[in-house]
Amino acid sequence: MLSKSQAKLFFFVGTAVTFVIFIGLTVFSLKQVNTDMPEAAARGKHIWEKNNCMGCHTIMGEGAYYAPELTNVIKRRGEDYVRGVLMSKQPWQPKGRKMVAYGMSEQEANDMIAFFKWIGRKNLNGFEKVDRTVSPLAKNRMKD
Amino acid sequence: MKYRTQKVAYWFWALSMLLLVIQLTYGFFMGFAHLGYDGLHKWIPFNTSHTVHLNTLVVWLISGFMGAAYYIIPEESETELCCPKLAYLQLIALTVVGVAALTGYHFNWWEGRKFLEIPHELDYLVALDVVLFLAILVITMAKGKRRTTTSFVLVGGLVGAALLYLPGMLQFDSQTLDSFFRWWVVHLWVEGVWELIMGGILAFLLIKLTGVDREVIEKWLYVVIGLTFLSGILGTGHHYYYIGVHKIWLIVGGIFSALEPLAFLAMTLWAVSMYRKGERKHPNKIALYWTLGAAITSFLGAGVLGLAHTLPQVNLYTHGTLVTAMHGHLAFWGAYAMIVFAIMTYAMPNLTGRKFYDTPSGRMAFWLTNVGMAIHVSALAAAGVTQVYLERILGYDFGDVQKYLYPHFWVLIIGATIFSTGITIYLIDFIRYGLPKDEALATT
Repeated sequence: MLSKSQAKLFFFVGTAVTFVIFIGLTVFSLKQVNTDMPEAAARGKHIWEKNNCMGCHTIMGEGAYYAPELTNVIKRRGEDYVRGVLMSKQPWQPKGRKMVAYGMSEQEANDMIAFFKWIGRKNLNGFEKVDRTVSPLAKNRMKD
Repeated sequence: MKYRTQKVAYWFWALSMLLLVIQLTYGFFMGFAHLGYDGLHKWIPFNTSHTVHLNTLVVWLISGFMGAAYYIIPEESETELCCPKLAYLQLIALTVVGVAALTGYHFNWWEGRKFLEIPHELDYLVALDVVLFLAILVITMAKGKRRTTTSFVLVGGLVGAALLYLPGMLQFDSQTLDSFFRWWVVHLWVEGVWELIMGGILAFLLIKLTGVDREVIEKWLYVVIGLTFLSGILGTGHHYYYIGVHKIWLIVGGIFSALEPLAFLAMTLWAVSMYRKGERKHPNKIALYWTLGAAITSFLGAGVLGLAHTLPQVNLYTHGTLVTAMHGHLAFWGAYAMIVFAIMTYAMPNLTGRKFYDTPSGRMAFWLTNVGMAIHVSALAAAGVTQVYLERILGYDFGDVQKYLYPHFWVLIIGATIFSTGITIYLIDFIRYGLPKDEALATT
């Protein structure tokens, strides 16, 4: 029968081993992450956070599920549409769901677009294909 | 109660209950907004409601854990709490940070990172508050007559939670790195060190309520938390599938997160078998309901519903949909909210001297909250699966799909109303208990 000291050993050794592997994998995977980011995209990310866009939208699948996924928003809607939305001073209500009228300057809107473009170019292990109407299954249906 | 200073716990739990009411109120704002009724949009847009809903959850649970620690550690260490006045100061500091953050969220003062929206400036105050809290606990344990595994696991979990808050304070331009380290906080809290806190509280309650030998309960506590870290640390990888890092996380995250339910299953089996083995018939049956309920519901919410969408082949479609919200609600309720209710229900008669042990209102609060949450989660499940099918498989537009989800959100509102009725009954009981009294010292 398992003793308390054996159970304790299981906890400490198991934790230590998995922690070391986790740190190793972290170092390995972060070495391969391309952190080069245009200045405009970095400014865009700051605006994204300042306005808590993740409080309604999702990006790379992370957020609040209330408003559309934005990973591929530039490919889907085009720059002009996105710029128009961000610069609008009038509150608007796409398909009945209200969005705050941010009334951004052109510079700010362009920075946001640079951020979306940067995200849109990333390899997301297949998720980039799921965003919008190009899910793998939908794509197969279209081919059929 | 056995020690006068355990009274501190009451005030942390009172703060928890107040924050829970705010959380539920904003939850209703969100539910109705999903149905198109968002008349408060001008003053409280959805992102504000969402942030308040999430952050009040995190803070009321943390305040609940702090109350639990202030109640448990003196009893486990067989000594009065060190510096109770500092503990009250720590409570005030926590309240100030909470009020400042919640107010700030209504004026665009936030970080815009899910779960970690608290403004960066307030992070330092949080860190100071937590250091003070941990210092009080560690000094109490050091001067205590007894050192137990239960107290070490509980405080170990709290120390871990404090340390893991630090990566969340790092700031990156890259969304990938930002997300990567944000999960060090969020995942390694809820699927890591918070399970230690839960395990510590559960062990304390099982010892008190079942009368099973401490050595037996604490032995299995080690096994449960061992399984937690064995699966949970590398299980972090399931958050790294689609954020722009190496695909090795698809394999590592997939395998280890699929093992995560084992820790919750072990916790359920542990709690139920200790209950069966126990010879003590503690009169506080409602506390036992909450204790066993936490062990079982955490397995269903965090374990089973987590497993339902954790494999990369499935998660590719469910990621970023209401399926995640389904899992999140039952996981937080079962694992962490219910364990806070369990310790409060156990401790309140001891703190106040009023023995409302097995009351109809206590039972009603337990069942209404759980039935309400089951309906709420079922509605989110139906909405999530519908969303996945229409949006991700058939390729419908996001906005069009949302309208198909209205019936599910009406069911969600019904579930939330039943749940809130249960919470209201619990709160009425909480108030009926009155304030903690020194006279209660003799009655425990």
